[in-house]
Amino acid sequence: MRTRKLLTAVAGAGLLTVVTGCGAADMTEQASPFANAQGARTVTLSVQSWVGAQANVAVAQYLLEHELGYRVDTVQVDEVPAWDALSQGRVDAIMEDWGHPEQEQRYVKDKKTIVNGGDLGVTGHIGWFVPTYFAKQHPDVTDYKNLDKYADRMKTAESGGKGQLLDGSPSYVTNDKALVDNLKLDYQVVFSGSEAAQITQIKQFAKQKKPFLTYWYQPQWLFKKVPMTEVKLPAYKEGCDADPKKVACAYPKTPLQKYLNADFAEGGGKAAALLKNFRWTTEDQNEVSLLIADRKLTPEQAAKKWVDAHRSTWEAWLPR
Amino acid sequence: MTAAATTAPLEKGAGPLVALRRNRAVGKLLLLAVAAAILVPLAHSHWASGTWPHALTVDLTEPLGRTTDWVIDNRDSHPLFLYFLGHVSNAIVVSIRAVYLVLLAAGWAGVTAAAGLVAWRVAGPRLGATAVVAFLACGALGMWIPTMQTLALMVVAVLASVILGVLLGLGAGLNDRLFRGLRPVLDTMQVLPAYAYLLPVVLVFGMGVPAAVLATVVYAAPPMARLTALGLRSADGGVMEAVASLGATARQRLFTARLPLARKQILLGLNQTIMMALSMAVIASVIGAAGLGDRVYQALASVDVGAALAAGIPIVLLAVVLDRVTGAAGARIGSHETPSGRGKRDVLAVVVGTAVVALAGRFADRLDWPDSWVVTIATPVNDAVDWMTDHLYTGVPYIGGTADWAAHFTTWILDPVRDGLTWLPWWSVLLIVAALAWLIGTWRTALTAVLAMAAIGVLGVWKPSLDTLSQVLAAVAVTLVLGFAIAVAAARSARVEKTLRPVLDVFQTMPQFVYLIPVVALFGVGRAPAVAAAVVYALPAVVRITTQGLRGVDPAAMEASRSLGATPGQQLRQVQLPLARPALLLAVNQGVVLVLAVVIIGGLVGGGALGYDVVFGLAQGDLATGLVAGAAIVCLGLMLDRVTQPTQRRARNGTEA
Repeated sequence: MRTRKLLTAVAGAGLLTVVTGCGAADMTEQASPFANAQGARTVTLSVQSWVGAQANVAVAQYLLEHELGYRVDTVQVDEVPAWDALSQGRVDAIMEDWGHPEQEQRYVKDKKTIVNGGDLGVTGHIGWFVPTYFAKQHPDVTDYKNLDKYADRMKTAESGGKGQLLDGSPSYVTNDKALVDNLKLDYQVVFSGSEAAQITQIKQFAKQKKPFLTYWYQPQWLFKKVPMTEVKLPAYKEGCDADPKKVACAYPKTPLQKYLNADFAEGGGKAAALLKNFRWTTEDQNEVSLLIADRKLTPEQAAKKWVDAHRSTWEAWLPR
Repeated sequence: MTAAATTAPLEKGAGPLVALRRNRAVGKLLLLAVAAAILVPLAHSHWASGTWPHALTVDLTEPLGRTTDWVIDNRDSHPLFLYFLGHVSNAIVVSIRAVYLVLLAAGWAGVTAAAGLVAWRVAGPRLGATAVVAFLACGALGMWIPTMQTLALMVVAVLASVILGVLLGLGAGLNDRLFRGLRPVLDTMQVLPAYAYLLPVVLVFGMGVPAAVLATVVYAAPPMARLTALGLRSADGGVMEAVASLGATARQRLFTARLPLARKQILLGLNQTIMMALSMAVIASVIGAAGLGDRVYQALASVDVGAALAAGIPIVLLAVVLDRVTGAAGARIGSHETPSGRGKRDVLAVVVGTAVVALAGRFADRLDWPDSWVVTIATPVNDAVDWMTDHLYTGVPYIGGTADWAAHFTTWILDPVRDGLTWLPWWSVLLIVAALAWLIGTWRTALTAVLAMAAIGVLGVWKPSLDTLSQVLAAVAVTLVLGFAIAVAAARSARVEKTLRPVLDVFQTMPQFVYLIPVVALFGVGRAPAVAAAVVYALPAVVRITTQGLRGVDPAAMEASRSLGATPGQQLRQVQLPLARPALLLAVNQGVVLVLAVVIIGGLVGGGALGYDVVFGLAQGDLATGLVAGAAIVCLGLMLDRVTQPTQRRARNGTEA
């Protein structure tokens, strides 16, 4: 009997707290449970899967930790979900965005939960590339009109009798399927499913000096290890990629952007100021990327190396 | 198809019983043929096409797109989110945070001491030492903080799974109707590949820890529920009657007799729940679960096998320690009753010991793992992987390189199987599924299998599903050939089995992300590395079940055959294998389910098909593509499970229930 009374009391009290006590729980205000542990001020940065993005985050993290005394958490999230996480406050900043007009409209313009954090200073460009050793032997391969001539040499077991166009991670911006169709090329797009798989495959091809055609982008550290030459596609014109089904032109050049959670941008103090000021060059980024991805330094070691050598660059970022 | 191929030879030699089965099988097939003769021309005249007819598909792109928009627009205003889901999410964050802070406050010394003491009191000094070494290794690998994050996540996820599982199990254990209703649901949940239900959770809760925990709970609760129900139902009838005759009320009967009697099963459930939660904690890193899984995932991005391994080893160690400790706890309950008072003393010893060590660590100012004690293993591992890929990839004299094998495997096996499957008219695929499922199971399993396959067609992903199916079939075939060969060796020699055990442990618990890069480096981008990864993952379970089955063969039968002068080969073929048939069928079934789970991850290395679509959906927040592909994977899993589900297992479950 006593237990039942006790149970009723507990249940009643629980119900009461739910109804009156807590009230509404805001889904937009949710940090990571690991944030701000032990009284440290924490910044959470989202890392995208490519190494350039890791390099940005590594340097930002190093400066936040060593110059401003923050604790930094990093979370690996793909691009589109990262926007969502940013609007919810689960991450405080995206350091490198390649242009997501739909998300920008929704979160920056309509809901105002995200603000633009300014240029990263790096310009991104997507394109089709062949290895330079092959382009030197066959200079005409660098025009898309001649690609069919070489389809036979780009064949693999996966490409079903056609030439293989190696594509990357599913999170990347790509029109390649439509491009192959609309330019009537004798190629098959093979999705490698992740950048890691794509890089591994490119390195293996390069070791054997085999010809290949791949979707790739700049800035990228791999160019230093495997020199590649871009294949000319029909020139990019404003709006020529508006209809995803009819695209028949090259990719644009994109000045990469930073984005901050709106509340963080306002109340994030010195951390937010530093991230807004963060602006470096393609060479800087490649330097750090190469250290991480090829020399296998940890992102922290790589960042330290760069920070030690480029004092004047980052001192301008520090908030006064 | 593989199932039929492997079972057919096994049926030989068991005498009249098999003849009877054969006749029944012929009857089933005849019935099916009659049904087909009526239905197929009808279907053919309406929708004459090889692949699934377009008229029979439903396009979900628009409604799913609208759902996504609705959720995102209403997440910060709708009462459902404000007053329910928001609280759920907050509760998870708060409780994980609490556990994490306790772990941090205890410091590395305190946590290690606690783990060692608990393992020692529960499972003896040897496991205590193992636990201490394991935790120190996590620190030495430089993974202390991520390990604690994963541990905090695990504690909350396992606790929630256990509560949910025990509640469901209690209901199902005490109520027959609930039991019957729940069983197929739990069956199904266990067949589903974990990856498939990340997307819906993410949509509602967003990226991050709450979503990861919820996905983990959904994945890990079923074994708890199932085993609790089983334990309650199998309580000894005599004891129950005795308790009832003493005039105990229903509640007294439950708490004094039924639950204690079911303790062993409940502990086994806990063990399985922990293992599944741990494996999910890694997969959930794709949706931002932080901790060790995230480290593995980030290492994958920079193509760094060494770093991935450094984060993967702590996961393996955690899994091994947790598995052995809960396993030992279960065994102890079976062997002898713990004297009263001992439990209290144990708890006291653990608490005091931990507190002393934690305080000592605090005063020595050694709360965080010292950086100078970190051993980096990344460089040597990467060198080893580089050497391997440099020397094995291609051009090895006589045998060719791994890349050449992969190309041959793709063109000679994967392509023909895929082409064959897509060439088959859609109705004939349904017929084959029906025939296989009915031959090996009941008409009910056949119906489920056919409906699941039909659902794939209706969802409009017939072709990619058959592509995935072809990869699964090829991988299962390779797994079974290798698995049976290894198992036969292990069943023969105790030494082989003993050396094999840690290897199997490692492969079974190592997060699949760790070996994605090596398989690409060895086999190139495409379906072949996906198949290779699946084989590595599914092999341990197949080897284990088969070895156990072969070992479990009645020694008298073995002895008799030996005395009749059978050679070891004859013994194996004519006695051991036929007698171990149920275990072999179970191995096939498990092999299929596990392979399917990894073929999705194969989407990350160029496996294409459904796996790629799920990955794409997650990466682009594209519910329509991801969810439909996820649902198709679920249907495929259901179909494959039913087609390979041995009748024996079903029957055994029935009698135990």
